[in-house]
Amino acid sequence: MVVTQFLVLAAALFSLGVYGLLVRRNIVLILLSLELMLAAVNINLVAFEAMLATTEATGQVFAIFVITVAAAEVGIGLAIVLLIFRNRRSSNIDDLNLMRY
Amino acid sequence: MSFADWISEPVNWAFLVIGLVVLFAGFRVVTARNVVHAALYLVGALAGTAGLFLLLSAEFVAWVLVFVYIGAVVVLFLFGIMITRAPTGLDETLTPGKWVWPAFLSLAVFVVMAWSSLEAFSSTDVLATGEPTPTEVLGQSLLGRYVIPFEVVSFVLLAALIGGITIARRDLTPVEEEERASV
Repeated sequence: MVVTQFLVLAAALFSLGVYGLLVRRNIVLILLSLELMLAAVNINLVAFEAMLATTEATGQVFAIFVITVAAAEVGIGLAIVLLIFRNRRSSNIDDLNLMRY
Repeated sequence: MSFADWISEPVNWAFLVIGLVVLFAGFRVVTARNVVHAALYLVGALAGTAGLFLLLSAEFVAWVLVFVYIGAVVVLFLFGIMITRAPTGLDETLTPGKWVWPAFLSLAVFVVMAWSSLEAFSSTDVLATGEPTPTEVLGQSLLGRYVIPFEVVSFVLLAALIGGITIARRDLTPVEEEERASV
């Protein structure tokens, strides 16, 4: 295995996440696309760890940090979506134009 | 390394299969018309990612990914979809003209990232495969050199927990508050 095959796969997964982020209109689905991008970052971190083989497994430690922060982000994000839905009866991002004008 | 050499390694067949699964599931996550299906395809993409971690001998991180993501985060997403009553059967109004520019942009992102990583790393950077990284090493590292980031991350998690409860809690109306005080 070479390192570039993992990097290219992660780039493809990341750009799929970018596409979903731009195309989706439902806030929950935008958060789903964000998860794809974070998974791509984790693949990169673990692949670099396998390439460099550090004594302290730094890449894997940082992948664990990314997973933890992503879990916190999903918790807060879904709480905000819930609050928006309760106040505005919608989870469509196009309806959130209160601060636009 | 030529392609013939590359494909002759059995581990690369596994990579190819898992990579195709990940890409297909990821594609369905961003294109599925049914919201619940999109969340379930995310399970496929993340399970494939965990498989890639196993290939890269990162056993502990793979199982952490399975537990935290597939066990907790996807369930949270499904709850979020159910609670916000997202239109489960409806199409996502992906009319032509709305997806062209995002597709172009994401393709550009892919080309730039793939090209630069192909330029920066030659095919001689072979990955060390073999024994999985012992969890002991990770534990020593997390509570040794990286103990301060570890504590910071755990504090972030606590703050997110409290913040999530505070944000999602329904405020009582004045009448309800009076009732509660009188009990």
